[in-house]
Amino acid sequence: MTEPLLSVRDLHVSFGTSEGVVQAVRGVSFDISQGETLAIVGESGSGKSVTASAIMRLNFGADVRVSGSASLDGQDILSMSEEGVRQLRGKDIAMIFQDPLTALNPFYTVGNQIAEAYAIHHPGTSKKDLRELALDSITKVGIPEPLKRLNQYPHEFSGGMRQRIVIAMALINSPKLLIADEPTTALDVTVQAQILELISAMQEAHGSAVILITHDLGVVAEVTKRVLVMYAGRLVETASVEDAFNSPTHPYTRGLLNSVRSLDSDRHSRLEPIPGNPPSLIDLPSGCPFHLRCQYAASLNDRCRSEVPELKAVGNSWSACHLTVEELSSDLRAAT
Amino acid sequence: MEAVPTLDAGLETGGLSPWQLGLRRFKKGRLGLFAFWIVTFFFFVAIFAPIIVRVLNVDPYALDRASLNDYGLPKGPLGSMSWNHPLGVEPGTGRDILGRLIYGSRLSLIIGTVGTVLSTAFGVLLGIVAGLRRGWVDSLISRIGDVALAFPSLLLIIALANPMTQRLESWGVPKGNTAKLTYILAILTIFGWVYMARLVRGQVLSLRERDFVEAARSFGAGTGHLVFKQLLPNLWPQIIIFVAMSLPGYVSLEATLSFLGVGFQAPTASWGIMLGDSVRYYRADTAYLFIPGGALLILVLGFNLLADGLRDAFDPRSDRQQL
Repeated sequence: MTEPLLSVRDLHVSFGTSEGVVQAVRGVSFDISQGETLAIVGESGSGKSVTASAIMRLNFGADVRVSGSASLDGQDILSMSEEGVRQLRGKDIAMIFQDPLTALNPFYTVGNQIAEAYAIHHPGTSKKDLRELALDSITKVGIPEPLKRLNQYPHEFSGGMRQRIVIAMALINSPKLLIADEPTTALDVTVQAQILELISAMQEAHGSAVILITHDLGVVAEVTKRVLVMYAGRLVETASVEDAFNSPTHPYTRGLLNSVRSLDSDRHSRLEPIPGNPPSLIDLPSGCPFHLRCQYAASLNDRCRSEVPELKAVGNSWSACHLTVEELSSDLRAAT
Repeated sequence: MEAVPTLDAGLETGGLSPWQLGLRRFKKGRLGLFAFWIVTFFFFVAIFAPIIVRVLNVDPYALDRASLNDYGLPKGPLGSMSWNHPLGVEPGTGRDILGRLIYGSRLSLIIGTVGTVLSTAFGVLLGIVAGLRRGWVDSLISRIGDVALAFPSLLLIIALANPMTQRLESWGVPKGNTAKLTYILAILTIFGWVYMARLVRGQVLSLRERDFVEAARSFGAGTGHLVFKQLLPNLWPQIIIFVAMSLPGYVSLEATLSFLGVGFQAPTASWGIMLGDSVRYYRADTAYLFIPGGALLILVLGFNLLADGLRDAFDPRSDRQQL
């Protein structure tokens, strides 16, 4: 097997707050190879965005503690110098932000901002070349009338158009890895599919690997092949999209799937929300973080309450659950 | 790949920046524009004071005993207003009041503008440092600011005026008014940066969490880029409004200090000195009191209205929710 592009090992991130230490990410490990698309799904507060920020070493205030490693092409980002990371950001790893309404500086034309994203890593590029690059890139992301639009300010664009600009900015240096943090959450449903298509198309053109962070399972099904499911700062299941949707192994993944409506589901069936709330990341429950909400409470054993489950192979997937496949399937039958 | 059209065609068609939008709104606000012209008029008068004084033939320093009676009071009504002395003469010396008013505007505006620029520059610098570095740097700057604000600064200014001016002169600052001006400006800066720094610090703390700053960092921007390209452009509107609001304060402060006899002394032309002087004669020469007072009122009002107009035009919160 070829060396993975990015290899995250035992990533821990915690924040000190006035109420206590928030353990946002607790031991996450995964690999992504060149050109691959990977989705990280989970509820709000499950640690998916923090994982992404940690990979880029962004937003690290005084009270943030990070351990583990994240190696890009064999270089550990987490132990790099600040200047080394700065060189990496935007050039090798780029990020698409959730809300395109706020991700652009209101005081510069979009052309200016795209050019700036290139100029940071290519000092000395002539103004004319920069303009041409910017024009080329917004043409490629499908902005109509690019010449006119280049000289406009962010407030003159719609949300979908701004997200296209943000994508153009993120891809102007052809990064090896693109992290898309909920790229469609702030957009109209009608625009979401277009943006996802654009990301896929751009990914192909640039050969970048993509980490797609989302809570929208529809988005996952549309663009990615592999899914990581996060819960309370831990990975609870990693699987191919087909396996995750058709034969989810972890009770949480099942709960997630039952709580969204799909086109082929029975119109009269009720959606089943997962009972309860995600645990507080300051005061985590003992054992499996999901055990308080687990549907399989009947077959819960003591290990669920006392021992944190590790990821282990279940069929083609990896799942962090103490319950055996038999226990899970028998209960599934009992429930229906 | 599609052919890229040529670049020059797009140059004329561009959108309006938040600046241009603000400017456009400012021009629509009549009061703000009116105030702008008032302030401009005062600056014009101050800059061209020597020429204006010569053209009007009103020497602020020439003594005109002929206009005064035996008691040293102006002979004519209303402080002896006449064609020679449009606003009358100063009791006791017979100096022309219009000339002194014109020259006095120089001092007011020099102290107002230089004091504001210096304290704003320090305030912005320290505010950005505090907001960006956070932690103990922020605490240190904030605490020093608290101390500066808690100080009875006016008392300190008065008490230290003479010793500090002499100290400055011994350090090689030209004697007389230059040393006094330096002292006042230094004191104004030392005590004046705090509000600006607090404003900027708060803005930086909120801006740094905004996505576009985070996005710029994700594109590999360094600190210099963040400060000059991301933060400062977003701070400028606030800074400008704040400057316009604090200018009148400094102008009045100069008048207050001169009135109290700190710093400048007659025959230097200053509105504060004139005010202080006129109070002594208000029974015999009431008109004299209203002239420097009126000028100060109009200038300060002009600055305040200008600040209001600028705030309405540039502050996103005043009428727009977002850009």
